[in-house]
Amino acid sequence: MRLVLNPHKHTFMPTRTLTVALVGNPNTGKSTLFNALTGLRQHVGNYPGVTVEKKKGTARHGETEFQIIDLPGTYSLAPRSPDEMVSVDHLLGHIKDEPRPDVIVSIVDATNLERHLYLTTQLLDLGQPVVLAVNLIDRAKTLGIQIDYARLSERLGLPVVPVQANHGVGLDELKQAILTASERGSLPKPVPFPEPFRTELQALSKTLGPEVETYLVERLLLDVGGHTERQLSEKLGPTLAARLAEARDRLAAAGCAVPAVEARTRFGWIRQAVGDCITRPAIRPVTWSDKLDRVFTHKIWGTLIFLVLMFAVFEAIFVGAKPLMKLFSSGQGWVGEVVEDTMSPGPLRSLIVDGVINGVGSVLVFLPQIMILFAVIAVLEDCGYMARAAFLMDKLMAKCGLNGKSFIPLLSSVACAIPGIMATRVIENRRDRLATIMVAPLMSCSARLPLYTLLIGVFLSDPWWLPGVALFGLYMIGLIAAPLVALVLKRTLLRGETPIFVMEMPSFKVPQLRAVLRRMIGAGWAFVYRAGTMILASMILVWACLYFPVHMPDGRSYDVATEELRDEAKHLEGEEKDAKQQAANAMHGEWKRQSYLGRLGRWLEPTFTPLGWDWKIGMSAIASFPAREVIVGTLGIVYDQEEADEEENKKVEVADTPLAKTIKEEWSKDVQRGKYRIPTALSLLVFFALCCQCASTLAVIRRETRSWSWPAFTFTYMTVLAYVGALVTFQVGKLIVG
Amino acid sequence: MPTLDEVPPGRKGRIEALSGPADLMQRLLELGIMEGEEVRVLTRAPLGDPIEIESTLTRLSLRKAEAAHIHLVLID
Repeated sequence: MRLVLNPHKHTFMPTRTLTVALVGNPNTGKSTLFNALTGLRQHVGNYPGVTVEKKKGTARHGETEFQIIDLPGTYSLAPRSPDEMVSVDHLLGHIKDEPRPDVIVSIVDATNLERHLYLTTQLLDLGQPVVLAVNLIDRAKTLGIQIDYARLSERLGLPVVPVQANHGVGLDELKQAILTASERGSLPKPVPFPEPFRTELQALSKTLGPEVETYLVERLLLDVGGHTERQLSEKLGPTLAARLAEARDRLAAAGCAVPAVEARTRFGWIRQAVGDCITRPAIRPVTWSDKLDRVFTHKIWGTLIFLVLMFAVFEAIFVGAKPLMKLFSSGQGWVGEVVEDTMSPGPLRSLIVDGVINGVGSVLVFLPQIMILFAVIAVLEDCGYMARAAFLMDKLMAKCGLNGKSFIPLLSSVACAIPGIMATRVIENRRDRLATIMVAPLMSCSARLPLYTLLIGVFLSDPWWLPGVALFGLYMIGLIAAPLVALVLKRTLLRGETPIFVMEMPSFKVPQLRAVLRRMIGAGWAFVYRAGTMILASMILVWACLYFPVHMPDGRSYDVATEELRDEAKHLEGEEKDAKQQAANAMHGEWKRQSYLGRLGRWLEPTFTPLGWDWKIGMSAIASFPAREVIVGTLGIVYDQEEADEEENKKVEVADTPLAKTIKEEWSKDVQRGKYRIPTALSLLVFFALCCQCASTLAVIRRETRSWSWPAFTFTYMTVLAYVGALVTFQVGKLIVG
Repeated sequence: MPTLDEVPPGRKGRIEALSGPADLMQRLLELGIMEGEEVRVLTRAPLGDPIEIESTLTRLSLRKAEAAHIHLVLID
């Protein structure tokens, strides 16, 4: 075949384009096939109004270009939610700006053909050409399963192509089969339903008119309380409900009760059609996957392995990401210094250094954690362990209204809520997923540690056991609050029937490095691309509120004047240098205290007083909206210190850092805070254990829920919770001390 | 008639009837858990719930509350 090449650009010019949809059960290697077909020519988007990702890619075969759509994995095309409806809509060509697929590729598992063909038989009802791709033929061979593909093709009335997607076997044959199917024009024959069902279907079809496709009428009749029923009832009113009930009653009386009639008809037909196409060993061999399953779900061994694995996951995110995170933050510092040295002081330099570079840095700093967690999740999911983990943890999570799949996202949130929230994608049920997202930021993440260590080091370092107890207590706050809030949410805002937990336990297999890398990079990119801009914007907003107004009463600019004092200090020695340095710090502090944010802090002081805070603490707390750990730096500035160096605060003897000393001194000077230093410190700690001062978390919630109301809700409820928690802590502490 | 949640691990039964909410029933049916099928209980989770079962068409985990909607007769 001749390729049509554009002589100027040397790009591929297809003579025709075919739209192809990939449909299959979860764990059939559908994504592997998609990746094998499209390589790097992929694009991930979103369907309007739902949280389902739209994966598209292109492949070539001779002069034909395939536009391939990877539809979400599903056991059946019986939509019960808008998310599940997307696949049906796409296959019927109901999605705006998306052409109806010319050919549907149904991918099935060779080791469990009968089960997987159920979905295939539903595809036959759609009135488009279908090609059957039988994947995992290698495993079928090891299990001693033999399939007569020619006979299978004849029985099903479909082109059948055996493939081994992870080794690229059978791809050309598959593409050729797709091409042929599109040209041949003959459509597959649907599975014949019993006579009474066909009669009801025809009658219902007639009432609804030609604009409702037969497949949707079929779903309407079969799916009791399903999405089609809800959608059409809205449009057609109560008469439809009555009609439907009557029809279903008649079917039950005729021995064709819905929904069982569908499974009985389809599986019955499949068994009859393919029974003699498949030869299996008389006694099913016990595979290594069976043996592994026995160990992984074992009462003692299973639990032990689970605990060790989860510890490893946690360590990987918490410790493994550290060197890279450090590299990013020192890189950020270096770039900042270079810009600072080359530009003269002024709003532009400050915007670039404190706003943009800081903002970009705080986006990048999450990348190592996100990528490590997603690599781990990809491995766990790919090899089949994820279902076992959910199996082991389900009872525990069910107690707080969630399910076993919420465990890993919540565990990850102890390192950082961002990857944790992104990991909730494994939870299919919308309400369970939302509840998990809402409580994930309550888990004590690593960004809280700088403030924890600072305040514990300063105020709670004696006796020797107190720091440990305090830190443990702070982690416990999250561990107790998260399940309680989840329970409340599931009883109020996210109330509804308990979602079904019926979950397939897939066979174990060796994870694929390429798939893992793809997942890892995909997650990192999605975070930078979709959440990054919002994080950056919030950083710049807070920067502006801390920068302006910049003019001193005498007309000079604070930043220029501070810089001058610091430069002068550089050329001095001894006490003179210290004095100059202190003057510079004092001016810097004065600048920030009179900034818009400082003014806001003072204006809000009455609300901070019951928590035992003065306006300086309150202002620092507000300034930490982009990220919790920022409070340490801001406290340093408002207390006339050099901006607290991160390294300094990580010293073992936190109490010895200049900032710690200043805070101790300053609070001692104040009558109230002097007496109630410990309650004040505790109230601040409790506030930060519970609040959502983290723009990145909110940005990710916005991205994952596709709405502004969920991040707004999270921020509000957590701030209220934090305020009340801090209030109670301080007032009770005051009573005890006083 | 016993229900699947009462079947001890290792024992097998033939499904006689399914009941329960429509979405549960439909999910079970599309996974091949239907009248006439034989299912074996493999194990229970360490905390007693959910359970893992196997049929010729599938291997899956479900909660006891869900298994209570599957009515069967024990076979050996």
